[in-house]
Amino acid sequence: MSEQEAVESAAREVGAFLERRREQIAQRWADAPLFRAVFTVSRDEAVEACKAVLDALSEVASAGRLEDVAAPGFDRVRDQLGRMAGSRTRTGSSPAQIADEVAALRAPTAELLRAEPSDATAAEAAETMLALTVLMGTLRLVVMQTALSSGEALIARQRQQLLEVATPVISLWEGVVAVPLIGTLDSARSQVVMESLLESVVDRRARYAILDITGVPTVDSLVAQHLMKTVAAARLMGAECIVSGIRPAIAQTIVHLGIDLGTVLTRASLADALAYALSQQGIEVSPRAGGR
Amino acid sequence: MPVSGPPVATSLPVGSDADLAWVRQRIRQTAAGLGFGLVQQTKLVTAASELARNTLVHGGGGHVEITPVTRDTTRGLRLSFVDSGPGIRDVELALTDGHTSGGGLGLGLSGARRLVHEFELDTGPGRGTTVTVVAWTADVPAARSGE
Amino acid sequence: MTSPHPGHAAAVPVLALGETLLVTLQGDLHDRTAEQLQQDVTHRIVRSGAAGVVIDISGVDVVDSFLGRVLAEIAESARLLAAHTVVVGMRPAVAITLVELGLTLPGLTTALDVEQGMELLTRSRPAAADRRGRGT
Repeated sequence: MSEQEAVESAAREVGAFLERRREQIAQRWADAPLFRAVFTVSRDEAVEACKAVLDALSEVASAGRLEDVAAPGFDRVRDQLGRMAGSRTRTGSSPAQIADEVAALRAPTAELLRAEPSDATAAEAAETMLALTVLMGTLRLVVMQTALSSGEALIARQRQQLLEVATPVISLWEGVVAVPLIGTLDSARSQVVMESLLESVVDRRARYAILDITGVPTVDSLVAQHLMKTVAAARLMGAECIVSGIRPAIAQTIVHLGIDLGTVLTRASLADALAYALSQQGIEVSPRAGGR
Repeated sequence: MPVSGPPVATSLPVGSDADLAWVRQRIRQTAAGLGFGLVQQTKLVTAASELARNTLVHGGGGHVEITPVTRDTTRGLRLSFVDSGPGIRDVELALTDGHTSGGGLGLGLSGARRLVHEFELDTGPGRGTTVTVVAWTADVPAARSGE
Repeated sequence: MTSPHPGHAAAVPVLALGETLLVTLQGDLHDRTAEQLQQDVTHRIVRSGAAGVVIDISGVDVVDSFLGRVLAEIAESARLLAAHTVVVGMRPAVAITLVELGLTLPGLTTALDVEQGMELLTRSRPAAADRRGRGT
């Protein structure tokens, strides 16, 4: 038997073993820290989760793809592993710690494999054990990968939430909404601003939408571009968008950069923009007679 | 970065304006199922509508392949519009805003390009046209965010 | 007010409300339906002597350059027939997409909803009413 054949046969042997001893291995894994820490409520669920992982491993081994982290067999449990890793990450485990917990699954499995009655030669048994070790190493990598990416997903989600919190749309008057922008506008944030402002135009039937950029430190051509897009989209919806709070320094930058804001209605301050929106609707604000 | 997709491509004919409506509907459903937001769905479906109309009007009909793809943790949708029409002689000109050979506003190719994340045009006189676009569910794919 | 017509996807309801035609677009419009609509609206303007057209697109979830062009052309041909057109109810996602597509439709009058569209037409009405004789 060639070495290649020996490896393939060992892989198949591991696949068959995992299938045959599915129940016993699952029972042992369910008590391992990785599963125990995630499925704290129900041990049965832990066992089920273990079985799903075992089925995937068995499929990967039977397909002879012991070292392939992209083996199709893993796809079935990737979501589950991601959720488990995510749950461990949230409780403060680092990806390295999670990986150690995965590595700890190997010992109880190897123990069962050694205890298997077999008429295999010592060399064949060693080859099978090696195949199991390789397979468990691959599982460790797969979990590591999902742990890292679930961390990224967490960061991306928090970033999105932060964006939404940082851009509140407020009603100034019936039919007038405003977003006071504070801080640097990058393209992701501009997108969120645009969408939430336009959504509120519909929700509150606002004919006037004010983008106040008093708190924006700099306006470059990209930001100007976003402002103009928002204005154009609002107009298509039947609302008028006013940009207020362009500070003198920013006004100069805009002129210097040669940005044409000609199509954009601007006002010096949020108050001026509101006054404009009100007067357009025939509302005049004046001091009460006899008032101070 | 490797882009891999499960082998679940759908192929739809583009041969009539009823087909265009069907293509829009199927792409909308698929994109919604993959977790595209409403604005992203609308952008992708609009781009698809422009490109499918190109296939119909300039390519004399053809088909579109719809393939879900993933890159790292980001999911996306790849659309390939294939025709065996006369092809495009001057690609750069065809991608210019306002250029038209079909009586539209000349925003088909150039406009569609702005609505997706990746855009590829494979064409030449006499060998048909294939336009492949990819849109991702997240605006900045995790692999590329560098802020 | 108006109830959307059930049944045929191909039929675009055109409703006469006083001097205004109300056109309600719904769902996915086939190119041919859109072109047909363009003819219908101009004929209706001529027949009824309407002074205004309100096109409600709040039920439309995709406007591509073709439909955008059809809307612009309806407005333009209505203008030649002395009727003012207002496109109302464009959804935010559609508006954002059109801007990105490069189609800002500068010649088109817009309003948030049918009510505001009607109001807009009424405000610019007196001049139009004087202009027009009580024709057929």
